[in-house]
Amino acid sequence: MSYFINTLATLGRYLLHSFRPRATIQYPEERPAIPPRWRGRIVLTRDPDGGERCVACYLCAVACPVDCIALQATEDEHGRRYPAFFRINFSRCIFCGYCEEACPTDAIQLTADFEMSEYRRTNLVYEKEHLLIDGPGKHPGYNYYRVAGLAIGGKDKGEAENERPPVDVRDLMP
Amino acid sequence: MSAGAALANVFGILAVLLTWAALLIWVERRLLALWQDRYGPNRVGPFGLLQVVADMIKILTKADWVPPFADRLVFILAPAVIVVTVLFSFAVIPVAPGIGIADLDIGLLFVLAMAALGAYSAMLAGWASNSKYALLGGLRTAAQTVSYEVFMGLSLMGVVMLAGSFDLREIVEAQRGMWFVLPQFIGFLTFLAAGVAESHRLPLDLPEGETELVAGYHTEYSGMKFGLFFVGEYLGIILVSALIATLFFGGWLGPVLPPVLWFLVKTSVFIALFVLLRAALPRPRYDRLMAFAWKAMLPLTLLNLVVTGAVVLARSG
Amino acid sequence: MSLYIDRAEYPAQPDKNLLEVCLSLGLDLPYFCWHPALGSVGACRQCAVKQFKDENDQRGRLVMACMTPAAEGTRISVDDPEARAFRAQVIEWLMTNHPHDCPVCDEGGECHLQDMTVMTGHTYRRCRAAKRTFRNQYLGPFVNHEMNRCITCYRCVRFYRDYAGGDDLEAQASRNRVYFGRAADGTLESEFSGNLVEVCPTGVFTDATLKQHYTRKWDLQNGPSLCPHCALGCNTLIGERYGEPRRVLNRYHHDINGYFLCDRGRYGYGFMTAPSRLSAPLLRPAADASLHPAAADEALAAAAALLREGAGIIGIGSPRASLEANFALRRLVGPERFFAGVGEAEGRATALILDLMRQLPVPVATLRQAEDSDAALVLGEDVLATAPRLGLALRQSTRHAALAAADRLNLPHWDAAAVQVAGRDQRSPLILATCASTRLDDAASATVHGPSDEIARFAAAVAHALDGSAPEVAGLDEARRQLAQAAAAALSSAQRPLVVAGARGGEALIRAAANIALALHRRGRATRLVWVLPECNSLGLALLAPRPLAEALAAAEAAGAPTAIVLENDLYRRAPHRAIDAFLAKARVAVIDHTRHATVEAAQLVLPAAAFADGSGTLVSSEGRAQRYLRAYPAAGDITDGWRWLGRLGALADGRAPDWQSLDEVTRACAAEFPTLAGIVDAAPSAAFRAGGRKIPRQPPRYSGRTAMRADRQIHEPPPPADPDSALAFSMEGHPGQAPAALLTWYRVPGWNSVQAVNKFQQEVGGELRGGDPGVRLLQADSAAAAGFLAGDAPEPFARRPGEWLLLPHDLIFCSEELSLLAPAVAQRAGPARLLLHPGDLQELGLADGDPAQVEAGGETMHLRVQPDPALAPGTAALPAGLPRLPWLDLPAWGSIRRVRG
Repeated sequence: MSYFINTLATLGRYLLHSFRPRATIQYPEERPAIPPRWRGRIVLTRDPDGGERCVACYLCAVACPVDCIALQATEDEHGRRYPAFFRINFSRCIFCGYCEEACPTDAIQLTADFEMSEYRRTNLVYEKEHLLIDGPGKHPGYNYYRVAGLAIGGKDKGEAENERPPVDVRDLMP
Repeated sequence: MSAGAALANVFGILAVLLTWAALLIWVERRLLALWQDRYGPNRVGPFGLLQVVADMIKILTKADWVPPFADRLVFILAPAVIVVTVLFSFAVIPVAPGIGIADLDIGLLFVLAMAALGAYSAMLAGWASNSKYALLGGLRTAAQTVSYEVFMGLSLMGVVMLAGSFDLREIVEAQRGMWFVLPQFIGFLTFLAAGVAESHRLPLDLPEGETELVAGYHTEYSGMKFGLFFVGEYLGIILVSALIATLFFGGWLGPVLPPVLWFLVKTSVFIALFVLLRAALPRPRYDRLMAFAWKAMLPLTLLNLVVTGAVVLARSG
Repeated sequence: MSLYIDRAEYPAQPDKNLLEVCLSLGLDLPYFCWHPALGSVGACRQCAVKQFKDENDQRGRLVMACMTPAAEGTRISVDDPEARAFRAQVIEWLMTNHPHDCPVCDEGGECHLQDMTVMTGHTYRRCRAAKRTFRNQYLGPFVNHEMNRCITCYRCVRFYRDYAGGDDLEAQASRNRVYFGRAADGTLESEFSGNLVEVCPTGVFTDATLKQHYTRKWDLQNGPSLCPHCALGCNTLIGERYGEPRRVLNRYHHDINGYFLCDRGRYGYGFMTAPSRLSAPLLRPAADASLHPAAADEALAAAAALLREGAGIIGIGSPRASLEANFALRRLVGPERFFAGVGEAEGRATALILDLMRQLPVPVATLRQAEDSDAALVLGEDVLATAPRLGLALRQSTRHAALAAADRLNLPHWDAAAVQVAGRDQRSPLILATCASTRLDDAASATVHGPSDEIARFAAAVAHALDGSAPEVAGLDEARRQLAQAAAAALSSAQRPLVVAGARGGEALIRAAANIALALHRRGRATRLVWVLPECNSLGLALLAPRPLAEALAAAEAAGAPTAIVLENDLYRRAPHRAIDAFLAKARVAVIDHTRHATVEAAQLVLPAAAFADGSGTLVSSEGRAQRYLRAYPAAGDITDGWRWLGRLGALADGRAPDWQSLDEVTRACAAEFPTLAGIVDAAPSAAFRAGGRKIPRQPPRYSGRTAMRADRQIHEPPPPADPDSALAFSMEGHPGQAPAALLTWYRVPGWNSVQAVNKFQQEVGGELRGGDPGVRLLQADSAAAAGFLAGDAPEPFARRPGEWLLLPHDLIFCSEELSLLAPAVAQRAGPARLLLHPGDLQELGLADGDPAQVEAGGETMHLRVQPDPALAPGTAALPAGLPRLPWLDLPAWGSIRRVRG
């Protein structure tokens, strides 16, 4: 009997929903509020000095569960490493954000842009020139090469944060 | 009734039924959305009404494909069975005075017989598909139909006793004083449950329970053959609603409005009830479904039958 | 006889240390300074375990596992909390100065330091002190230096100086400023510098050629390959990405290369992507037209026409092509028309060596056995140039005196520092007899220099000194006689003497070397021989019994215009260029090769062959071991294996289906035809082999970029290419466990991402690979064979000719080998080739070091700069062998040298 009453109450409660406001957002007439940590279109950012942040370490590529990131590392004449090409196949991307989590230099970031539909799959293959933006994205201050021990153009050995000047191995002082 | 009027009746009812069934796709989606605080299809045409047309264009242009492992003939015939049997049932539904196709003395028995035949559709589809999910769906249909058909007929015997006839027009006429839903409230409830189960509607759609059986007996169906199952299901809803209106709520009887409208309004209410059931109630476990039929509904129906019989005997005596 | 680790009982192994035992048992114990080939020094303090006196001892004490023998009754705990804390602390100390640069470090992902840090659980840097930094050095085209990453384990100098005998890499400065580098920037001189890449547990020394096209270990598609740059058959692992080989790693083989490769083998892979690589069939439409690319069908049709038109077909096989390719050519042209594409002297010497390998009762040594010999005599070969890895093995053989001294003091062999001290200045005899000085001379107990005839006389004298019944040498000077006596004494007092000789020395020397080995064998010594052969499949080609090249040239002269199919061979490196010019002018030539060279330029038709990274086949090493190399990646375009081209040609010629579609079929056909080669079928599991029902994946499980790497050209991902030739798949899917040794595609187990993971693939540390090392020895010495000395007179003594010099071939590790020289890094390392002369001769010619000179010999004129070498006999001059810009000469030959204005 209580089952019967419960069922009736449920039906009643659902009937009352006829008078509730709709939760649907009428996209595209209405625009949803996208939270800042939304995992949308992927970008490559630059460090505060304007240099490419990506050091082509391949960690995003290996973290990617659908293997949709391919790149090749190369170096400039001063030993600064960067990707010669960097390709994301967004027709495979699942926007899981693992690449951003794996990135040791805050270079790869997911943005709040989700309107990426295309009529041709090939248009969903983004190369480096499509991915690279001009700013530092969500992490304005970080510059990996200021922290890393590798010497690059404009930053010699011992000039990174928390480093002493290079050792003179010929020095006899104890 | 002249031959011309009879033909007009046949084609008129057929046209209204099929249009209605198609429209029900839209109605159900809008109602479900309403009760789930959504909009439902609202983009194609006014209020999304043309969604039905879009869906039909889509389903009609789909490839007509029969799986190579299926029993081809039976596989093609199965969806037709459900539509044909349900449409046959409508032959005896008295829409209004003068509107209706046939007045059979045993109209109610004819409806029950057609309902029993309709179950073959799902069973044959499940068998012919030659796939494990479809077969399981077919088996469930068989068991469910057998269980619920037992008291479906019995639940209506009270009405028959009160009206003293199997003729649906006479049953409607017998309700001029009082709708049978009041003396036969238990009969109404059990018939409603049986009707839901017979038409495989949620919450009793275990033959096609997609959480465990992909899509049950019509797993392998696509295109318009799948569409026929769909139409058959909606026709089934209309049929059960129309039967409820006829048997328990006085059919076309009502003040002021023309009788046809009364019939349509009453039927529509029960269609909405079907949608509400789907919106609100979760699917039971299969063993509970069976237990509900045999341990709760059947005794209840028998009790109703005994009491009604006793009362009828006492009053006539 | 048992010891206890964490209360579990294991068999004691008193001659091993605890670290070896733990690793062999599969226990994860972190370490840095210990290396299975270098032994223990206890420097890094990383392998600390707790040792207990007896079962009642609860306190125990920390000991270094690598410095503690696994003696009976030893009780240790690896899991002890105090030992764990100690190890974590050591890592934390090591990491205080480690730079924050794993993302840009080439070692990242295959770094022993990363693995060990994770293993010990150190995650956060608590030290706030500033990090010390170093400046890097330029160390040449092979090795990159990034000193900030150093953790001072001393492995590099222990390998470079103590193991490989280099002296230009050293530990400098003191305390936490210890620096590993050269005195000044410059190329590392050792022939084995590339091993620093694998020896260094972190990213101080990394592969400089990999850095040019850097790819992480997890992204490399690998194939088990063989080094094609000498005849030793070292096992390598070629890693590929984006369709080109990216690096070569050592593939452990207990009996051959062990843990180390030479730089030629490690860095020579560049020839496969050099501009000279042939990528499409080439066709010459008319005799005077130039070669232009053609489609495969077109080329095959032209080939069929060539086969029909010519006055007979002849085939010229190759010592650098696989056994299958040579066999396919032999099958196509017939045994009588199958010729060896090797120089005449080399061909005769190789055939003689093959005969001796079959007939002598003295077995041929593996490299491991060469390392284990306690006295060695090297005759006429600069092994560091012709078989470099053998030079490293011979250097190890000189350690036996030190090991014997250690035995007397009851010191375990793994205690490297103690053995070094105990055996200070003690070296097992290593006698080198070469024409010029070699870089192995510093390890030698005695050196003998002279032209090959003189060395043959010396060798014959040694044989006679060992056994009077060996032929005597007439007219030997007294100094040489005494040297021969001393060498004979040294060899006969050894337990496991080794004699090394090779095709370079000529037949007289080979016979004399065999006689020395026979004499030692008769004396009951466990004597072994090493025959040094010039190319990776020299022996395989000889086993197919080809006819000499000279007969082919003569046949062309006689037969009119035959069609010649030249397999993977530049004939200009085999005979005087006039003879080849004449031959190529007469014959219609089809070349099947992977590299463009002078012979290709003269061909009518060129079919692109797969090389060692994109082809598969079998090679027979100088040891007589058949080994399989399997492609790392599918060959691009129309490139395919030589044997497959030849199979198609054969089918075209008689209009039937090819005799073979897959490697297994051609290998089986070859084995069926030659009883000696029956074993090659078992050199590696066949293509039908499955582990757990699945193929072996070539790509590591973390291979990345699968759905993006081709997306710029083709958005739909193609299915992985099929490989009908092996049980390996071009995929990351497949058998997840360890593959059979011949099919290993990487060394990695969870937690061990670096090359140190090879421990987990061995039966015991430093032992054979699980399931046995790959390869099949085709030739076994018949110990029952008659041990009669080989007859043959020793050559005449060398006599100076006024105004003429005897030009001798001088092998150079980075110049003399055809293929490796095409690799940019090797070419850079090759340096200028010089004409070596005795300083007295230089003076006589009025030349100084570096002056240009003109050499005339055999009708050829060459220009070279000179360099003094006091080891050369006056009246002889050493000419760099195999240099592409120098014409081929039948050396030794007499020639004149003239000073020219530079």
